[in-house]
Amino acid sequence: MEQVLNQNVIDAVDLKHKKHIRILIITGFVFLVYLIGSILHFDLPNLAKKWNKNRASMFMLDIYAHKDHIKMNWKDPQKIDVRFEGGHRHVYKDDPTWLIRNKNNQSTIVNFDNGGQFVFFPNRVEMRNFPNINEPFIFKLNKNGKPYVDGYVGKESMLPSWMRATENKVEVRPSLYERLQVYGSKVEVHRYELGWKYFWFDFDSPLVGKGFLDAISLMFNEDRVDPKISNFNLVVNEFLENEIWHHNTVLFAMVETLLMAILGTLIASMVGLPLAFLAAYNVTPLSSIRFFLRRLFDMLRGIDMLIWSLIFLRAFGPGLFTGIFAIAFTDTGTLGKLMSEAIENTDKKDKEGIQSTGANKVLQHRFGIIPQILPIFISQSLYYLESNTRAAVIIGAMGAGGIGLHFLGALMTGNDFENVAYMAILVLVAVMCIDTMSAKLRRLLIGIEDKK
Amino acid sequence: MYSDNILGFETIEKNLKAMAFKRLIYSFISILAILFLLSSGLTIAEENNAGSFQRGLSKFFDYPVDLFKEAFESGWRWYAYVFKYLPDLITTINMAFFSTLFGAIFALLLSLFASKNLIKNQYIVTLSRRTMDILRSFPELVIAMIFLYLMGKSELPAVIAIVIHTAGALGKLFSEAIENADNKPIEGLQSCGASWWQRVRFAVIPQVVPLFISYTLLRLEINVRASTILGFVGAGGIGEALSAVIQFRYGDEIIAIMFLLVITIISLDYFSRFLRGRLIGDNK
Repeated sequence: MEQVLNQNVIDAVDLKHKKHIRILIITGFVFLVYLIGSILHFDLPNLAKKWNKNRASMFMLDIYAHKDHIKMNWKDPQKIDVRFEGGHRHVYKDDPTWLIRNKNNQSTIVNFDNGGQFVFFPNRVEMRNFPNINEPFIFKLNKNGKPYVDGYVGKESMLPSWMRATENKVEVRPSLYERLQVYGSKVEVHRYELGWKYFWFDFDSPLVGKGFLDAISLMFNEDRVDPKISNFNLVVNEFLENEIWHHNTVLFAMVETLLMAILGTLIASMVGLPLAFLAAYNVTPLSSIRFFLRRLFDMLRGIDMLIWSLIFLRAFGPGLFTGIFAIAFTDTGTLGKLMSEAIENTDKKDKEGIQSTGANKVLQHRFGIIPQILPIFISQSLYYLESNTRAAVIIGAMGAGGIGLHFLGALMTGNDFENVAYMAILVLVAVMCIDTMSAKLRRLLIGIEDKK
Repeated sequence: MYSDNILGFETIEKNLKAMAFKRLIYSFISILAILFLLSSGLTIAEENNAGSFQRGLSKFFDYPVDLFKEAFESGWRWYAYVFKYLPDLITTINMAFFSTLFGAIFALLLSLFASKNLIKNQYIVTLSRRTMDILRSFPELVIAMIFLYLMGKSELPAVIAIVIHTAGALGKLFSEAIENADNKPIEGLQSCGASWWQRVRFAVIPQVVPLFISYTLLRLEINVRASTILGFVGAGGIGEALSAVIQFRYGDEIIAIMFLLVITIISLDYFSRFLRGRLIGDNK
């Protein structure tokens, strides 16, 4: 017997399909309009214009390079000093090899790797031998004590694009790595070099200039550098007390942030689980308790972590407790709600089986419910640990301390971008470590889940 | 045969007891570890906190009480401010909505390349997974602060930061959903001669789209919170308004803004749960 579909049925299906398509097109259109409108509203097309190019290039340069400042005062031209990053206390005791002082004609030469030179004389600064720059530019002061470029007075517009002369300042930047600023009072040269200098050991440290591997081998070397303490302690101390990179503050702040996340999540899961039992209808017969707990969870969750951290900031002051409790309060709500739902979804049969053996209520819950929810509980807690690591950085920046606050501080100073990058990388590494560890732990404890 | 069985039972019982003992030891060790972590962590916290725990605990209600007191003293008219800050709230929600949508589009593209059953080239899959991991790992705040510094105060840095984070986080979930899609409907359609597009349209999309939408809705909820916080550090919207009134200590306005935030988050929570329930069909 051949079965023929009723034409009415086909029509009905067709109609429904057409309706679906129509709804899809309309929603798609609405979203498209919204997307375009919002792109215009948030000014995405002008992204390039908003981008502060100077700041961005300084930022990028500072991240992967460091600079030495060479400064000369016009009043005292013989006293030229070299400072690391212009720091007050970071004056080089011995001249670097690229700085040559010529006693005969009272000049000082700053050499660059590309062969270029800035030469200081008591009354002028010369620019020599830079690649692709044939003209030897000379910078001087006029009678009124204002800097000018020799031969270009009144013809400032003819200067090359990498040089800018204004009334009080001449700025010369042949490439990103060399910079000369001539003021009425002083001349300053910035000499950039690649790399994070003094990352391992500080300027004044006895171990300055040693790399990571040198330091490790020194640690296990018997010959003491400083007879008073062992090499191991010396290396660790000198590393932590690095004044430029502040390793001990930064690393401790990172530990603080991790502690906030771990303790916050731990407290949340330890408080949340028992409350979840009390909020589940198959455990707690009293509906009033259930209702109260449900609203409590909603409240804890609904008052955002931001608001909680503000409240705790007032009570505990800046520090770990603020972060821990802000995380613990918010996530007690979330975990409590999730777990109470999981408990209500458990299979009744397990519990009934235990009940039939004559076990009491506590044992029924212990063996009838907990084995069913434990995998969910562990994996959820670990997920929250992951997201709380990020949250702890954020709460920290809003005042609770930890690496977030240091990050904000370094960014706000406007010239410690290498520290900003260092902390960003540290955060990235920490977050990735926590993610990997929690994935491993989840696999270890639950076994089957996410085996991919 | 019979005696073998007896021996077997005994061995089984012995093994079972050994296993139970091992488990007991493991649980004991992990409980000890957790307790140790908790106590040592709290000790470090106590040592390095600005104020002590006990004093802080007694001051727990200070801030809320202060706020309400101030609101009372200025005539209990904080609800009037609710309307004043409504536009800021809408800005924040719009920021979150737009960046969720934009991030979801990126996530979709990334997830297509990160799914083993769609892309056969192992390197492309690994590369796009690592990309998503890195995008996901930076807290929004870190990216937002850097962009805020480089671009000046506006909403755009926050949007960019949330888009980056959302693309990574959703991409991972999306690609998992695609990989977990059941193969049988695809085979079924193939067996009756459906084309590639028809297979994707009627076998893959119906399986993954409800999941996609549900994940995106969850993300929207998270992003509303995130955009509030980013506002707090200078990206506009209700967060910035909150940080301003907190600096000037206008109790009634703070209450109004907090009220708005809490209501928004709770209603968004219920709304997204309702929608997700309808989409996946397990509304609880």
